[in-house]
Amino acid sequence: MGLMIAIIDYKAGNLRSVERALKKLGFDCRITFDREEILASERVIFPGVGAAGKAMADLRQLGLDGVLKQVFENGKPFLGICIGVQIILERSEEDRVHCLGLIPGEAKAFPVPFMSGDNECLKIPHMGWNGLRLIKKHPVLSGIKCEDEFYFVHSYYPMPASDIHVIGTTEYGIRFPSVIGNRNLIAMQFHLEKSGAPGLRILKNFCHWDGQTC
Amino acid sequence: MLSKRIIPCLDVREGRTTKGIKFKQNVDIGDPVEMGRLYYEEGADEIVFYDITASNERRDIMIDVVSRVAGAIFIPFSVGGGIRTLEDMRSVLLAGAEKVSVNSAAIKDPEIISRGAEAFGRQCIVLGMDVKRVKLSTAIPTGYEMVINGGRTYTGIDALKWAKDAEGLGAGEICLNSIDADGTQDGYELTLTSLISENVNIPVIASGGAGNIDHIHEVLTRGRADAALVASIIHYETCSIREIKETLNARGVKVRMTW
Repeated sequence: MGLMIAIIDYKAGNLRSVERALKKLGFDCRITFDREEILASERVIFPGVGAAGKAMADLRQLGLDGVLKQVFENGKPFLGICIGVQIILERSEEDRVHCLGLIPGEAKAFPVPFMSGDNECLKIPHMGWNGLRLIKKHPVLSGIKCEDEFYFVHSYYPMPASDIHVIGTTEYGIRFPSVIGNRNLIAMQFHLEKSGAPGLRILKNFCHWDGQTC
Repeated sequence: MLSKRIIPCLDVREGRTTKGIKFKQNVDIGDPVEMGRLYYEEGADEIVFYDITASNERRDIMIDVVSRVAGAIFIPFSVGGGIRTLEDMRSVLLAGAEKVSVNSAAIKDPEIISRGAEAFGRQCIVLGMDVKRVKLSTAIPTGYEMVINGGRTYTGIDALKWAKDAEGLGAGEICLNSIDADGTQDGYELTLTSLISENVNIPVIASGGAGNIDHIHEVLTRGRADAALVASIIHYETCSIREIKETLNARGVKVRMTW
């Protein structure tokens, strides 16, 4: 039996906060860039902040781009957080980079200047607490209430080519997909490790998830 | 839409929490990790830990506090006070803080903002501003001047100009403290807060002067602040974070109501 949860180490991002949250919940996890260890683990989390171009370059340099595709193909439960939502798409407008392509579509930039419906200039990055509207049921989001809020920090948002991959949306000037998924893969734009009890609940759900959607 | 944030501020000296009244007569009110956990469970949206340790040799104590806080609360928190170098920033962020705030060090060396933003991302870099009301002059056209050393030293820098310059350098957020209002519990400096908030495109946290919930409501609406820093009002249990949020919510201000 291998490691339970592998947190992908790509030499950037706030990896410790995900590790701390998992430890608090009592789950065995390790921050790693070891291919064998990642492939032998029961589930995989790709967390972090930073820029898409840098993240993809680091992944390629560590030879982890292929490993992550394999994790997805193998049906292993796979969670992306923040930058992890961008790199699973085909490409990102940030650094105009080609990504893993596990979900068709791209990460798009919020327009600048960004006006709200009341003609107020919206600040970028979108930073702070915001809601989540569930478009479809998903085991990882079970128990999440419509009034729960999550902590966001981002200037780009995921735009899957098809609505079938959109699980939840959030409103900030526009309504954008904030949770997307495909089979055993689920990714969220917000930092669930920094979103209090509802965030920890999602993390816990993920740790019990078998990778099947409903 | 984004919720307005309620942010408790804990002053920490040599690993213990205090609350300064106009930066004097500090009263010990407990352990920062326990206080942080308490406020996290009460619904704080973020927490600020402000290190007021006098000597530099004791900085390791604060790093230890930061890492223990990071294992106890699962919302963002920032650390300020005595942050002077990129290394200071790095050690605080590595210990688990989401953000660092720079104040007087940025006035002496504005490049610390751009270097910090480049190294860690602009969302990590909070500019702390201590501001005093002064006579209008050519140098200070807004009548609000940047001060340092807890308000004892005037810098000759206009507060609005500094806010804009810092935004240009890469500050991701501003924590705006009125020295005139701080500790008075007479309300936030609304004119100053709306002046800064309307003229920058980064979030502004209002600080100094909260005495009751009306003051908080006022600064988040008329003052146009994105967040309100609260200290004495909750440390001395004038009201709880839950009461603040329930009142704001009832008055139509969007705040996070579940945690």
